[in-house]
Amino acid sequence: MTTSDHPADAATTDHAVDIDRHVRIYITVFVALMVLTIVTVTVSRLHLPVAMAVTVALIVAIIKGSLVACYFMHLISEKKLIYAVLALTGFFFIALMALPSFTVSDGYWMR
Amino acid sequence: MSDQAVAGHVAHEVHHEELGFWRKYVFSTDHKVIGIQYAVTGLLFLLFGFALMMLMRWQLAYPGAALPLIGPLLGEARMPGGTMLPEFYNELGAMHGTIMVFLGVVPLAVGGFGNFVLPLQIGAPDMAFPRINMVSYWCLFLGGITMLGSFFVPGGAAQSGWTSYTPLAVIAGTGQTWWLIGMIFLITSSLLGALNFITTTIQLRAKGLTFMRFPFFCWAQFVTAFLLLLAFPPLEAAGVMQLMDRVAGTSFFMPSGLVVSGQALTNAGGGNPLLWQHLFWFLAHPEVYVLILPGMGIVAEIIANNTRKPLWGYRSMVYSLVFLGFMSFIVWAHHMFMTGMGTAMAAFFQTTTMIISIPSVVILTALIISLWGGSIRFNTPMLFATAFLPMFGIGGLTGLPLGLNIADIPLHDTYYVIAHFHYVVAPGTIFALMAGIYYWYPKATGRKMNETLGKIHFVGSLVCMNVIFMPMFIIGLAGVSRRLFDAGTAYAFAQPTMHWNVVSSWGAWIMALFQLPFIFNFFWSLRNGEAVGDNPWEATTIEWSAPSPPPHGNFLGVPQAYRGPYEYSVPGAPRDFVPQYEA
Amino acid sequence: MDIPYTVVARRDTGLTNGKIGIWLFLASEVMLFGALFASYILIRTGAPSWPRGDTVLDVPLATLNTIVLITSSVTMVMAWASLMRHRFGMFRIYMGGTILLGLVFLVVKYFEYSHHFRLGELPSHNNFLAIYFTLTGLHGLHVLGGMAVNAYFWGPGAKLWKTNPVWFTNRVEHSGLFWHFVDLVWIFLFPTLYLL
Repeated sequence: MTTSDHPADAATTDHAVDIDRHVRIYITVFVALMVLTIVTVTVSRLHLPVAMAVTVALIVAIIKGSLVACYFMHLISEKKLIYAVLALTGFFFIALMALPSFTVSDGYWMR
Repeated sequence: MSDQAVAGHVAHEVHHEELGFWRKYVFSTDHKVIGIQYAVTGLLFLLFGFALMMLMRWQLAYPGAALPLIGPLLGEARMPGGTMLPEFYNELGAMHGTIMVFLGVVPLAVGGFGNFVLPLQIGAPDMAFPRINMVSYWCLFLGGITMLGSFFVPGGAAQSGWTSYTPLAVIAGTGQTWWLIGMIFLITSSLLGALNFITTTIQLRAKGLTFMRFPFFCWAQFVTAFLLLLAFPPLEAAGVMQLMDRVAGTSFFMPSGLVVSGQALTNAGGGNPLLWQHLFWFLAHPEVYVLILPGMGIVAEIIANNTRKPLWGYRSMVYSLVFLGFMSFIVWAHHMFMTGMGTAMAAFFQTTTMIISIPSVVILTALIISLWGGSIRFNTPMLFATAFLPMFGIGGLTGLPLGLNIADIPLHDTYYVIAHFHYVVAPGTIFALMAGIYYWYPKATGRKMNETLGKIHFVGSLVCMNVIFMPMFIIGLAGVSRRLFDAGTAYAFAQPTMHWNVVSSWGAWIMALFQLPFIFNFFWSLRNGEAVGDNPWEATTIEWSAPSPPPHGNFLGVPQAYRGPYEYSVPGAPRDFVPQYEA
Repeated sequence: MDIPYTVVARRDTGLTNGKIGIWLFLASEVMLFGALFASYILIRTGAPSWPRGDTVLDVPLATLNTIVLITSSVTMVMAWASLMRHRFGMFRIYMGGTILLGLVFLVVKYFEYSHHFRLGELPSHNNFLAIYFTLTGLHGLHVLGGMAVNAYFWGPGAKLWKTNPVWFTNRVEHSGLFWHFVDLVWIFLFPTLYLL
């Protein structure tokens, strides 16, 4: 296969050269994730009513997930094509989550 | 024939060491070899699925009659005294559908045509991930072996329809477990293939080949790949859950209080059979577009080439294709109108289904208008491609009442549905695939198939397809249900239409005879067909700039696109076509 | 024959083939786990009663596992960062740590599962357990798969660093994306199953 490319190409591989700044971000995100984990477990012990418990848990999970996606997976600085694929996937993911439930609850099956 | 395809190993690839027989022809990473492997596998399974159907058609034409010669060969367990058992009929039905869809059409249309033609048409040396390509074929192969093997387990192969509805499929025999395992292999194959196609199309297209200069075939394969990538995983998840229900005793799909043969089941219950239907149809609706889109792509190429005119409405066709792909994900519950759905969700799915008919009509209309004013050459590929148009028209139009929830009530699960979807897939997609075989055979082998045999194949198939499926609309409108072992013998309302079953069956058996010229032609032409050069059809797209057959690496130079894909009959040009790849 | 844009990004998309390939694969995985979450919603909302997660499952142990997996995500991205800084030794350490943490995760899961089995709490017992075992089981298989790929890059695959360091770095990045995704799924799985 191709041998090692000349230095100019290292910059066109997926990330820029200021790795040190990235490493500091990784550590910050790690701390945030730990804190949020403790938060979500603590909140769960309050035994909130279901709707509220689900909402809070979901919000915390979305924040944690976004941190992992944006910073560990470098999504915050990804290319448009990747965003497009993920947006499309996200739309169908929501359809898959919502439509079966709406259909069953709107129907006569469970009554 | 694969020898011919790969033996053009051009000498300029000096640094490439000679591969042994196994790496070159069996575990090859060359997209052309893999494409041929997929195509041949697909064709063999189409033939096998066809054979299963011909057996079914005996029972439907002459319910309860002993089948001479073949009947006794199939054993006492399935055909005691040569007469078909209901369980065997169900086995045939479930496996006919499964094999035709997942082991026949998709491997041929996507794995075969996609793999062989796409890289050549975009001017690429191969797929982006050649080794993943090879793995995807062998996953298909394993899936196929599993499905075939399921016929030999106690109780036989899957018998719960290709749709494997629960709870029936959960309490069914061992063959269903094999079906589920087979599906997991097949789904894996499609997922790997899909990400390869998408990456290749975006990244490896030649210089100057912008998306709006793509041949329509490339667009069709590109959208199809997205459908496979995003729609298959939910079925994989559902398959795992059904396996858990069958093997681990879970109750994902098993409601409480089920009684089977007088015995109450001892599982935990609390499951929902509709959950299976939602997950299954979430895949299976986009799947039907996977079945049709490559066919539309093939037909578009052949029509442009044989009318010596650009396609009419290329831009509209592309936008329609993309919109169709997107909509295909949110129409699925039109397969579930009869499951007790409320009016709000029925209205939602009816609306999305009506909307999705629009892009299909746009594409079909554009293809029809493309014929107008053309200098039409009626060679075999063109005959099949042109016949596709009215056949797909019939299939598509007859789908409309099924998509309207009220009209669906008397039609759901009748022969009307069977007629509708067979029109789109059989004289629809399969005709397009036949057209594609006749069209690209010279590129793959360096020889043309015989025209006379091709025309016999075409006329016989066209007539027979209509003889088989048109009567099914009549039977269905009379109210005869599908999947009836006795074809409706037990129902008084079915009696006036029973004779149509005999007509359909003879249509099927005669159609088998008309495939013989094709099979003979396919092998005979390898050695005896008219030898051709790079561009026997005087076509404009990039694959025709490669040698026939192309060597490893595909092109002698580095291809580049200078113009759109259908520059036929350009005023002032020296010939009636200006290739996309010529400076 | 060389496939273009394996190592160097294509100018108009700004991406290498592998980067697109792995994201497409992850998109399909989103739909896979999405289907299971959708199933969870349907089954739970249709059930007459549903136990709260902490009454059936071991929350402290799972919290530990959450911390383990998140830490392994950090070591994974640090493994890649080490390659970007041309520190192969540090890559080995961080990647080794990632694999080890993955192993810890699976061992903890083994203890969780065997505890349930001993109590007769099998998947067939009720739908809560059915979806719990299926979701965490599939997730666990993905952890195992990720560990296998990571072990390959830690061990025999590391030869590529000498002949094509840029390609090797990219491949580790792609493997890292898969690993982070596995962590991401757990971030949603954990509250869904254990805390609600």
